[in-house]
Amino acid sequence: MSEEEPILRMRGIVKDFSGVRALDDVNLEVARGEIHGICGENGAGKSTLMKVLSGVYPPGTYTGSIEFQGKEAAFRDIKSSEAAGIAIIHQELALNPLQSIAENIFVGNERARYGVIDWNRTNNEAAELLRRVGLNERPETKVYELGVGKQQLVEIAKALAKDVSMLILDEPTAALNDEDSNHLLDLIAGLRTHGITCIIISHKLREIRRIADRVTVIRDGKTIETIDMSQPDATESRIIKSMVGRELNNMYPDRHAVIGRELFRVEDWTVHHPVQTSRVMVDKASFFVRSGEIVGFAGLMGAGRTELAMSIFGRLWGTGISGRVYKDDKEIKTATVDEAVGHGIAYVTEDRKRYGLNLIGAVATNISAVGLAKLARLGVIDRDREYLTADEYRISMNIKTPSVNEVVGRLSGGNQQKVVLSKWLLPGPDVLILDEPTRGIDVGAKYEIYGLINKLAELGKAVVMISSELPELLGMCDRIYTISEGRITGDVPRSEATQESLMHLMTMGRESVR
Amino acid sequence: MSTLTPTAETLPDLEKGRRLSVDIRQYGILAALVIIVLLFEMLTGGRLLMPGNVNNLIQQNAYVLILAIGMVMVIIAGHIDLSVGSLVAMIGAITALAMNNWGLPWWAAVLLALLTGCLVGAWQGFWVAYMGIPAFIVTLAGMMLFRGLTLVLLYGGTIGGLPPAFVAIGAGWLPPALGAVGKVDVLTLVLGGLAAVGLAAQLIRSRISRQKQGFPVEGPVSFWAKIIVAVVAIMALCWQLASYSGMPIILIILAVLILTYTFVLNRTVFGRHVYAIGGNLFSAVMSGVKTKRVNFMIFVNIGMLAALAGVVSTSRAGSAVASAGQNYELDAIAAVFIGGAAVQGGVGTVIGAVIGGLVMGVLNMGLSILSVDAAWQMAIKGLVLLLAVAFDLINKRRGRR
Repeated sequence: MSEEEPILRMRGIVKDFSGVRALDDVNLEVARGEIHGICGENGAGKSTLMKVLSGVYPPGTYTGSIEFQGKEAAFRDIKSSEAAGIAIIHQELALNPLQSIAENIFVGNERARYGVIDWNRTNNEAAELLRRVGLNERPETKVYELGVGKQQLVEIAKALAKDVSMLILDEPTAALNDEDSNHLLDLIAGLRTHGITCIIISHKLREIRRIADRVTVIRDGKTIETIDMSQPDATESRIIKSMVGRELNNMYPDRHAVIGRELFRVEDWTVHHPVQTSRVMVDKASFFVRSGEIVGFAGLMGAGRTELAMSIFGRLWGTGISGRVYKDDKEIKTATVDEAVGHGIAYVTEDRKRYGLNLIGAVATNISAVGLAKLARLGVIDRDREYLTADEYRISMNIKTPSVNEVVGRLSGGNQQKVVLSKWLLPGPDVLILDEPTRGIDVGAKYEIYGLINKLAELGKAVVMISSELPELLGMCDRIYTISEGRITGDVPRSEATQESLMHLMTMGRESVR
Repeated sequence: MSTLTPTAETLPDLEKGRRLSVDIRQYGILAALVIIVLLFEMLTGGRLLMPGNVNNLIQQNAYVLILAIGMVMVIIAGHIDLSVGSLVAMIGAITALAMNNWGLPWWAAVLLALLTGCLVGAWQGFWVAYMGIPAFIVTLAGMMLFRGLTLVLLYGGTIGGLPPAFVAIGAGWLPPALGAVGKVDVLTLVLGGLAAVGLAAQLIRSRISRQKQGFPVEGPVSFWAKIIVAVVAIMALCWQLASYSGMPIILIILAVLILTYTFVLNRTVFGRHVYAIGGNLFSAVMSGVKTKRVNFMIFVNIGMLAALAGVVSTSRAGSAVASAGQNYELDAIAAVFIGGAAVQGGVGTVIGAVIGGLVMGVLNMGLSILSVDAAWQMAIKGLVLLLAVAFDLINKRRGRR
């Protein structure tokens, strides 16, 4: 890199949480104008480090020195780090959906005189910022009308409104489809030309490799190394190796499942939007899954994958639902969750924190939530059996928790996902619909989840796997359905599928509209 | 410690420390109650715990404890019920009318009251659970509606002269069936002894069974200390009651309610569903919890308990008046929150709510004995509520760090 003084220099950062060392002598140097990736498994200390930097943890709660723009910096709170020119955008978007884009951009930073908002200035400046981030929406548009991808752009516009010189993005593309991700990454790369330095935390190594100039890897609260991405050996597996300290040469474990007879079939499934009831969200979708088979669903965000799954599973989503569902060649009803569960169907949600878990509840009560009837007699729970059952899952699923009485909210993402999976395995389903089963979890935990999914197939279960990551589908599935604008556009065996061929099918409808 | 399972033995020290702090929080509210009792015992020169006052503490606060038991379920599920005070008044009016004007025997009037409570609960539950109207609105409407109906039923007057058997529910005692030694009622002591033995036996049995199955159990010192404290407390309470007028009937009712509802919330599928709904409604729906039915039942239940509170407070007052039950809903809500329930739902216990109710009751009584002005009493109670919840929140925040 250049000889120039770095914009940020963090030295010897040590941070303890009641006796547990979260950061242990972390060093980070970010050059002016670069895109600096930070990689590490969940719990490695990435977010903690960023919280130290942005003042969430004030000086005194950590040791070590921070130098920003050549000056000793110790931010007491987010407000003071923002004043110095550092903005942080969190994984979970923090916009108020009921307010307009402009109101959200300037919240806490209002364009006002004597406390009275100047709406012309607000909307004009917002329009200018929206142009800068390439978002073609009116400033008066309410945020709830925007998709996640566009909301992410509003977040960036909001940061730009504060005249920042450094932007920290924590998993910015976690909830985005490929198209939106690409747009966002292009935008981040473009910010460089405006003199803005970016720190990007991401599990998606492909993206890191695409845009980052340098990558710092953190493992167990320690800086492992900083990799110059222009070097020829700076590959994804190099990063992974230093993240987990071991080579992951086989990202997708082997499976020895025998594909048997057809277990589950859906015909002519049509679903309408719950509010705009004339809008067709799923259009005459038909598919089937065999025992021992893992079937993928590939589609861009909004294509109708989750809508398809959730409308089949207890009609949890949508109105005007029609079509037929067959299990073992017999037509079944799945109009309520109870009916679906009764027919041996499980749906593991894509949003475990919102839909999958009672975060303030214990691991054991979360695991027993669906299969509680199995552990109860006449409505009275056998709590000893509940504890033992949960503990069996803790061991078999390798859930890392001090005990099954631990509150689920304290577990890492990967372990939370294992709890959700356990909860759905307890009733003993034959058909599992897994919606983004590895979203937001670290590489090691992903590998474990893949192994579990394979084991389910080996047990003769029919697995439907919805995922935004094409490599994951290609690595895991026997067949892949593509879905675009609510229609199933392809049914491709793994041997014939490539990322390009799938993407072509996933974007079929859209081309003709354009 | 030798009985700990491998799981527990491998716990890092940090985890043990946190468990301990959780325990302290659980017992925190109990400790607060003990401190307040000791404080007022000192300030009043020992008058607070005189037999008559102990007896009155129970009989005067029975209504709030009954309401708090129902309210804690409502609050765990993430709702609120503002209508219980008005419902207490309306039930009082109906019960009094049934006995004095319609010629029903007292027990039939009580059954009628409970049935009416269930119907009212079903009415509110219907709007909350099936129509999706926030409980705050539904029960605010109920608060006005039932108060208005009470006035209609009573024409603004009072119905007094209720049958003695009815009055005994709230203000009477079990007959001294086993005679007395000196002035001390034997039956009360026997019942207290049975309760103490039952409690100890239950705790010991569950400990042994957990040990057998290899579950972690608490250390023997704190376990036995807890049993001894509990037994001494029960016997001391019964001794004071026995040396006054014996066992208040309402205490038996309360004990049954506390045991029943603790069981319902901790051990039944229904109770688990109440916590699931309050903890994460979406997740509960997606796990197949029949949230509408559960919400409906929660309101039917509090309707019934409010009716019981109406019966109890009417019988203690000896008459039905339209102004009865004023602010009872607020007392019950305060008791639940002092007892450690979370404003966002998902957290709370029956025993916590009962202790919260007792904290308020002891404050009332202690301040009254000290002849503190009623206006100041209310102000002090308000501050106590605020401090209790603030203390709990600060504690939780520290626990999270």
